[in-house]
Amino acid sequence: MEKRQYEVVFIVDPTADEEVPKLTESFSQIVTDQGGTVTKAETMGKRQLAYEILHHKDGTFVLLEIEGSGREIAELERRMRVNDRVLRYITVRVDEDRRRAEKLKARRARKAAKRPERGGSSPSRRGPAMEFSDTSGE
Amino acid sequence: MSSNYEDRQRGGGYDSDDDGDRRPMGGRGGGRRMHRRRVCRFCIDKVDLIDFKDVRLLQNYLPERGKILPRRISGSCATHQRMLAEAIKRARNIALLPYTTD
Repeated sequence: MEKRQYEVVFIVDPTADEEVPKLTESFSQIVTDQGGTVTKAETMGKRQLAYEILHHKDGTFVLLEIEGSGREIAELERRMRVNDRVLRYITVRVDEDRRRAEKLKARRARKAAKRPERGGSSPSRRGPAMEFSDTSGE
Repeated sequence: MSSNYEDRQRGGGYDSDDDGDRRPMGGRGGGRRMHRRRVCRFCIDKVDLIDFKDVRLLQNYLPERGKILPRRISGSCATHQRMLAEAIKRARNIALLPYTTD
């Protein structure tokens, strides 16, 4: 099965700020143990929450980018749910959306390459125009 | 005088049903409405993906009350409004954006 990509963001209790690297490390370990890979681990820093969570007004945000089958996500979420330091987490599957964005981008590039060609030589479009568009596409 | 009449035909005629809520300022602002072109910001910028972590961007589409700005106001296209709404909802979930404000 092909690999899926996920973005996991979790909020750590601000009073346990010094534990953030340790937590990130242990979560990454869980993912790798389950056969996934952590492609990016980034602390987004401490910021104010838009609303109170368990009477906390701010928290430290951590972003993990994970590649894997989906099994490691289940385990990771279970661990985060149990952990009191994690105020909240969200997992978003991103590979499908990214692939779609990629496709749209490619289509736009193709169109952009084609359009000036068509406008320039509209009377005799058939012959050389096709060749031109081929070379410009590369 | 003739232009005035034309204006009246265009703006005043529809004032009772459809025009009123779109143009709360009232008066003879018909010209302004005509010139305002509603275009999708995301289409212009060629955005393919709206990230839920991009709070600065999303906040533009969240007026004071915290509700998602409808696309009849923002002029976003259906595709991008959908992506935007999804991103805002995700951001709300992890307290990057508020559900409500008051």
